[in-house]
Amino acid sequence: MRTLIFRSVAPYLSSLMILFSIFVLLRGHNEPGGGFIGGLIAASAMAIYGIAFGVSPVRRAIRFHPMALSGFGLFLASVAGILSVFPGVPFLTGLWIYPEVFGVELALSTPLVFDIGVYFVVFGSITSTALALEERERD
Amino acid sequence: MALDASYDVDISQAMVVELPPLADWLVVAPLVVGFVFGALCLMTRKDTGRQPFVAITGLLAMLAADIGLFWHVYTNGTVVMTMGRWLPPFGITFAADMLGALLALVTGILGFAGGVYALQDISRTGRRYGFYPFLLLMLSGVTAAFLTGDIFNLYVWFEVLLIASFGLLVLGSEREQLDGATKYAFLNLIATTLFLLAVAYIYGVFGTLNMADISRKAASVRDSGPLFTITAMLLFAFAMKAAAFPLNFWLPASYHTPRIVVSGLFAGLLTKVGVYALLRIFLTLFGAERDILAGTIAVIAALTMVLGAMGALAQNDIRRLLGYLVISGIGSMLAGLALGSATGLSGAVLYAVHSMIVMTALYFLVGIMVERMKVFTLREAGGLYSSAPWLAALALMLFLSVSGLPPFSGLWPKALLVKASLDVGAWWLAFAILLSGLLTTIAVARVFAFSFWRERDTAQKGAGEVQPAPAATSGAMAGSLTALLLLTVAVGVYPEPVVRVTDRIAAELKAPSRYVEAVFPPGSEPLTTEQTEP
Repeated sequence: MRTLIFRSVAPYLSSLMILFSIFVLLRGHNEPGGGFIGGLIAASAMAIYGIAFGVSPVRRAIRFHPMALSGFGLFLASVAGILSVFPGVPFLTGLWIYPEVFGVELALSTPLVFDIGVYFVVFGSITSTALALEERERD
Repeated sequence: MALDASYDVDISQAMVVELPPLADWLVVAPLVVGFVFGALCLMTRKDTGRQPFVAITGLLAMLAADIGLFWHVYTNGTVVMTMGRWLPPFGITFAADMLGALLALVTGILGFAGGVYALQDISRTGRRYGFYPFLLLMLSGVTAAFLTGDIFNLYVWFEVLLIASFGLLVLGSEREQLDGATKYAFLNLIATTLFLLAVAYIYGVFGTLNMADISRKAASVRDSGPLFTITAMLLFAFAMKAAAFPLNFWLPASYHTPRIVVSGLFAGLLTKVGVYALLRIFLTLFGAERDILAGTIAVIAALTMVLGAMGALAQNDIRRLLGYLVISGIGSMLAGLALGSATGLSGAVLYAVHSMIVMTALYFLVGIMVERMKVFTLREAGGLYSSAPWLAALALMLFLSVSGLPPFSGLWPKALLVKASLDVGAWWLAFAILLSGLLTTIAVARVFAFSFWRERDTAQKGAGEVQPAPAATSGAMAGSLTALLLLTVAVGVYPEPVVRVTDRIAAELKAPSRYVEAVFPPGSEPLTTEQTEP
C-alpha cells in the first residue's frame, strides 16, 4: 500500500491514534475505555504505520521488541498487585492517593498501574503478531 | 488508606475488615513470583547469556515460596486469601489446603529441576524463542490451578498453562512438533470449552463460582438443579485433560515431539492438574454425584491403567512409551478417586506425587540416554551399559520405581490402592492395579534390555551406520536427574512422613465442610444473594 496519499497521512494518523489510545486508557476507570481497548488502538496505529512504510521503520520507531513491551506490561500489572503488601491488605486491593498537581486533585491508584500494564501487554502482543504477519507477506 | 478515610460507608458487608497476617501472602506468592520473573525473562529474551540466571533465580524463589506455603498450611491449616479485599463470594478466593499446597510444592521442585536441566537441553535458539518465560508462566499457571478456590479462576489458570504449554511445545518449529501441537491444542481446547460450558451451568444454577460457596449450597440445590449433568460434563472435560482411557489419544500423539525437558515437565505436571481438578470437583464440591459416578470412574480407571501399560509395551519410540506410562499412572490415581475411601484417596494423592517426580525423571533420563545413543527408537538402541554403567544404575532405580517395586516410591501408593480396593471387595480393580504394574515392569524391562544390555555393535549392524562417539553428559542434566531420583528413593525407603501428609489430605477431602469453614469462617456470615433480594 505504498500510495502517496496513504504514506503522507499515515504518520499523522498513527500519532493521533497513539494519543487517542492514551486518552482512552486514562478515562477507563470510570467510563468506557481502559487498558485493553487502549492497547488495541495503539497496536492498530503501529499496524497502519507498518502497512505504509514497512516493518523495519516500525521496529525502529518503538525501539524495544514488542514482546519485551508485553513483558514490561506483565511486570507492571504484577507490581500493581504486590504494592498492596505494604499496607497489609490482600493481593490486588486498590490503593489510592490524591496528590495536588498544579492545584488540581489527581486520583492515582494501583488499578491505574494495572491498567497501564494491560495496555502494554495488549499493545506488545498484538503489535508483535501484526508485524510478524506483515513481514511474512514480503518474502 | 483512602478507602476508610474519604467515604463514610459501612464496608464490613462486602470487604475484609480484619487485615490478613503477612504469612497469608504465601498463598499467592508462588504465582506472583512466577509472573514477575516470567515478565523479566520476557523482557530479557534476547540476552540469552544472562537470561538463565534470571530464570533460575525466579524458579528458586518460586520453590522457596512453595516450601513456605506448604509449611504454613501444614502448621496452621488451610490458608485463604480473597483478592482485592473483597469477602469470599464476591472476590476471587485463593484457598490452599494440604492437597493444593503439596502439589504446588512438587510443582516447584519439578520446575526448578527442569530449569536446571534446560541449561543444557535448551539451546540458545530455544532461549531466544522464549523457553524460560514460557516455563515460568506455565509453572505459575499450574501452581495457581492447584491453589485457586474459584471455579472460573480455575478455568483461567487452565488457559494460562495451556497457552504457555503451546509455546513450549512448538519450540523450534519442526514439522513434527507442529503436527503434535495441532492435535494437542485442538483436543485440549475441546476439553477446555466443555469445562467452560459446565462453569456457565454452575453459575446459572448456583449464582456463585466460589468453590466453597458451591460446596455448601450443593445440598439445597441437588433436588432442583441439574447437578448430575454438570458433574458428568466436568468428568468428561477433566478426564480428557488427565488423559483417561477413551480420551487419551492426544497425549502419545504430542508428548514425544518437543524438547525432552518440556516433555518431562508436561508428563509430570499437566495431566496431574486434570487429576487434581477431578479430586477437587468430586470430593470438595459434589460428593453425592461422585458416589453415583464411582462405578463409571472405576471402570475408566481400570481400563486406563491396563490399556496404558499395554500401549507402552507396543511402542518402539522410547518417548512414546513413556507417554503411555503417564496414561497408565493416571488410571491408578482415578482408581483412588473411584474408591473414595480414606485409604484410597491417600493412595491416589501419594501416587500423584510419585508419578509427578518419577515421570519427569524418566524423561530426563531418556534425554541423557539419547544424548549418548543419538536415537529414540528401541530397535536401534544399545550399548549404554558398557559406555555409562552409572546411567544404567540410575535407570534401573527409576524403572523399578515406575513399576511400583520396592524399595522406591511407587510401591506404597500401589499398596494403599490395592488395600483400599480389597477393603470394598473390588478385587477386579486390585487385579487391574497389579496387572498394570506387571505390564509396566515388562515395558521398562524392554527399554533396559535393549538400550543398556544389548551391544551397540550388533544393533548397528542392521542399521549400517557409523557409531557416533558418546557425548559426555553434562552436570546440570545428571544433577537434576539425580536429585529427583533421590526424592523417589527417600519416599520409598522412609514413606512415613509423606503418608502422614497424604492421610491428612484424604481426611480433609473426606470432610469438605472444613474447606468451606476455612473460606467462610463460622460466625462471620457475609451477605448472600438471598439476603439482598427483598
